[in-house]
Amino acid sequence: MGENIFTGIAAGLRTILAGAGVPPLASEFIVMLVKLVAVIVFVSLNVIWLVYMERKVCAYIQCRIGPNRVGPKGLLQTVADVVKLLAKEIIIPRRVDKVVYLAAPILVFVPPMMAFAVIPWGEGMAPIDLNIGVFYVLAVASLSTIIFWMGGWSSNNKYSLVGGMRVVAQMVSYELPLVLSLLGVIMLTGTLSITEIVNAQRGTWFIFAQPLAFLIYFIAGVSEVNRTPFDLVEGESEIIAGPYTEYSGMGYAMYMLAEYGSMMVISCMCTIMFLGGWLAPFGWTFLPSWFWFFIKVYAMIFIFMWIRWTYPRIRVDQLMAFGWKVLVPLSLANIFVTGVGMYIYRAIGW
Amino acid sequence: MKTQTYVLNMGPQHPSTHGVFRIILELDGEVVVKATSVPGYLHRGIEKLAEARTYTQVIPYTDRMDYLASMLMNWGYVAAVEKLMGIEVPERAEYIRVIVGELSRIASHLVAVGTYSVDIGGFTGFLYCFRDRERVLDLLEMVSGSRMTFSYFRIGGVADDLPPEFFPPLEKFLKDLPSLCDEYDGLITGNEIFQARTKYVGIITPEMGINYSLTGPVLRGSGIPYDLRKVRPYGVYDRFDFEVPVGKNGDCFDRFVCRIKEIRQSARIIQQAIEGLPEGPIMAKMPKVIKPPAGEAYAEIESSKGVLGCYVVSDGSPKPYRVHFRRPSFINLGYLDELLVGWKIADVIAILGSLDIVLGEVDC
Repeated sequence: MGENIFTGIAAGLRTILAGAGVPPLASEFIVMLVKLVAVIVFVSLNVIWLVYMERKVCAYIQCRIGPNRVGPKGLLQTVADVVKLLAKEIIIPRRVDKVVYLAAPILVFVPPMMAFAVIPWGEGMAPIDLNIGVFYVLAVASLSTIIFWMGGWSSNNKYSLVGGMRVVAQMVSYELPLVLSLLGVIMLTGTLSITEIVNAQRGTWFIFAQPLAFLIYFIAGVSEVNRTPFDLVEGESEIIAGPYTEYSGMGYAMYMLAEYGSMMVISCMCTIMFLGGWLAPFGWTFLPSWFWFFIKVYAMIFIFMWIRWTYPRIRVDQLMAFGWKVLVPLSLANIFVTGVGMYIYRAIGW
Repeated sequence: MKTQTYVLNMGPQHPSTHGVFRIILELDGEVVVKATSVPGYLHRGIEKLAEARTYTQVIPYTDRMDYLASMLMNWGYVAAVEKLMGIEVPERAEYIRVIVGELSRIASHLVAVGTYSVDIGGFTGFLYCFRDRERVLDLLEMVSGSRMTFSYFRIGGVADDLPPEFFPPLEKFLKDLPSLCDEYDGLITGNEIFQARTKYVGIITPEMGINYSLTGPVLRGSGIPYDLRKVRPYGVYDRFDFEVPVGKNGDCFDRFVCRIKEIRQSARIIQQAIEGLPEGPIMAKMPKVIKPPAGEAYAEIESSKGVLGCYVVSDGSPKPYRVHFRRPSFINLGYLDELLVGWKIADVIAILGSLDIVLGEVDC
């Protein structure tokens, strides 16, 4: 049921193009372009939905109702907010580094968007099936550090500067456990290709084979997207909004939307690496694979939100101590245990 | 490599300074080297204004000091004038004062607990506290017709008797309150990160607390059971059975926990006050024009933030010659500059929040 909607569209498009006498290379290029636009449009629209979801989830956690005035059940609230932000004046404070200041909120969207290039939304639905997909995502995702730092540095504001400092310290320290925790999975599968990693989970999801790695990845992921309890970068009650302090209107909104984009990337990676990607649990294949993928991704995002609206914020030195003294050794231990386990498995000859 | 400290001006417009409070922080990275607090942005000259008003007209001004516990502010002022005039307040009025005063204390502590949760970074606790504070405000609205600035106290008694419809929701609220406090404890106090952020942060030793004449939960958090309601009972407080919760370490966590415990104790006091509420007048026999004899009087009550003192000087005219308030928030802030040194930016907020200041009262 609906399993082949998207792959069908791609195949259909190829057939039409071939029928119209378009050379294969050009037709492949056009299909790629369509995929690209589809992903970008989807991610941007999805962000709007995620903001709405966040507000509803937090409202119910806080004994409130949440947005319920604009559109049915308040569904158009975020649209209205974005329109409002678009109409707002973009204030450029005096003595900011204009080029960097204006470039940062535009560039901040790039790393999550680039990461989506290899995310398989369903079986055979990766825009590009890269053989080093995991490596690519990790490499691209760590780019965002620079962009936050650009915003913090160019704003010419001390709160922004402190926020920028925190971004660099936090993201660099949590990048390490993030990568190391994925190593366990990569050791088990022996591949960096996302498709192969998902296919390797047909038997058991890696959340069961690598529970510790999942936990580490999740915690480091929360930190990577700067959400509570690791939202020191924003640190609303301390440093106003960190690197975003001086931004107004759409500049500010871009940062916020990018945060949701990054959250989506982390959730997708969680799903792919540990929750079996698009694979249906218990053989429930009556739902299409892309549907399962979304269920899992949104479940992960819900947990992100749940944590955000329950926990307070950790302090900067505690953050560092936790990252370096707990997460890194634990992830190293996980790699060790995985290695020993694999050796024993092979020795027994399973 | 040469490094240097920098100055960060925190406030008066800052989300966590609880109003228009300003701290000039000299920072080495994230660590505070020197802190200079600059209050005064909300100064309205209430003490001076009082000199041009009659004694009764001053009461609404006291509302605007600690607007989160207005009833207690009223109380401090009228207690001083009553002392000056030698008025015996009727027993029923005293009981009503205890009931509304403790309700006000609960409301104030709920704000303190809720906003402290926001200061530490968890927004959800805030809304739980405000949800329940709403019920207190509804109750006080029944009594006084107002939700924030009650002006309910009068010199010699209270403005109005408690309406009959006041009691059922109050009883229900008191019944719910312990479970609500458990909810805050579960959501905020018990949280691992919250404890990591507040325990052993901003320690006030008992000696320093006394030296800086800190009062209220800030002092009691350091382990000194100094509560005017117990050590020098005023009104009818000597008739009630309640405990004075104290902390152990004098850190932010203890000050916070003290407040939640005090909410529970306030509920106990109110319960006893309802049960023992006597019949009778709610106003003492007062002259038409309040004209205290020339002289001076100083009265103290235990406000939600600490000891609220009021000093009134009369020259025999219908207007006070001088009114001065000892505002606990202001006095408690005195130690802040010294307390902040050596802590991080995040701790600055945690420490300031744990002192629970209200700028209306600080700047008066």
